[in-house]
Amino acid sequence: MPIQANDMDLVARLQAGDEAAYAQLVEENAARVYRLALRMMGNEADAEDVLQETFLSAFKAIDHFEARSSVSTWLYRIASNAALMRLRRKEPEQVSVDEPIERDDGEMLPRQLFDFCCLPEDDLLREEAREEMAHAIDDLPPTLRSVFVLRDIEGLSTEETANALDLSVPAVKSRLMRARLKLRERLSAYFAQGPVIVESRNRGEA
Amino acid sequence: MSVISSHHHDHTHDHSECQRYLTSLTDYVDGDLDPALCRELETHMAACENCRVVVNTLTKTISLYRQLPAPEMPNAVKERLYAVLDLKPHTLSADEGGDPA
Ligand SMILES: [Zn+2]
Repeated sequence: MPIQANDMDLVARLQAGDEAAYAQLVEENAARVYRLALRMMGNEADAEDVLQETFLSAFKAIDHFEARSSVSTWLYRIASNAALMRLRRKEPEQVSVDEPIERDDGEMLPRQLFDFCCLPEDDLLREEAREEMAHAIDDLPPTLRSVFVLRDIEGLSTEETANALDLSVPAVKSRLMRARLKLRERLSAYFAQGPVIVESRNRGEA
Repeated sequence: MSVISSHHHDHTHDHSECQRYLTSLTDYVDGDLDPALCRELETHMAACENCRVVVNTLTKTISLYRQLPAPEMPNAVKERLYAVLDLKPHTLSADEGGDPA
């Protein structure tokens, strides 16, 4: 999304040091940044650190804001960097900076597995299934996870995702494909094995 | 509908053609695939159950993830954020933790 007029206005006020503008930036974007951080980090403590780090960095960098993306994409970019950096510190072997990722996947010919597409929505979205979906995201390599979360969960366009992650559009597409196929495979295996009987685990509300 | 094992499948189907479409699948489900390629893929899918199911479940996977409830930012997290940033939350509205977008 190219920068909008109200973004320009906000940025101008931020650069002029207007405190209300800082509060507005936080108010309008914190929930979104937190969501991204939580999906990326997989736990609330790390997500909160990433959230705080994002706005601290953004405040510092506001003078260098260039109008080549919207403010929210810019924040996503800062947040993704913060998250990836933190993941790299925690699990260096998981996040290599220049992962040779753009190769096209001889090994990954998708198998059909279980055709779960026509199960009832109630079964597909029951609580246990939602937990499985969340774990499946956690288990993606972080470089795939960031693309999937921004593009498919936060709903950014391919171009915005590329911009937020400093990737080319083809790189975004390639990672997105790998992420989606992995998740599909995981859900297929999960739904295939499950007796999809909601009433048997009749929400005893823990 | 049953689980088709890949071993079984390997003997009954020439994979090289499916392989060729692999990189098009996500553009296809996003509706971004070049129209000529799109027709080609659809012709292939009409004859190939494997690709058909892969596309259906891929589409479903994305749609399920899009329906996942968004995690809420707890108020305490928001308050600590304002404290760290040395901002006063009351400068703006009282809309609690919602996403304005
Ligand atoms: Zn096929």
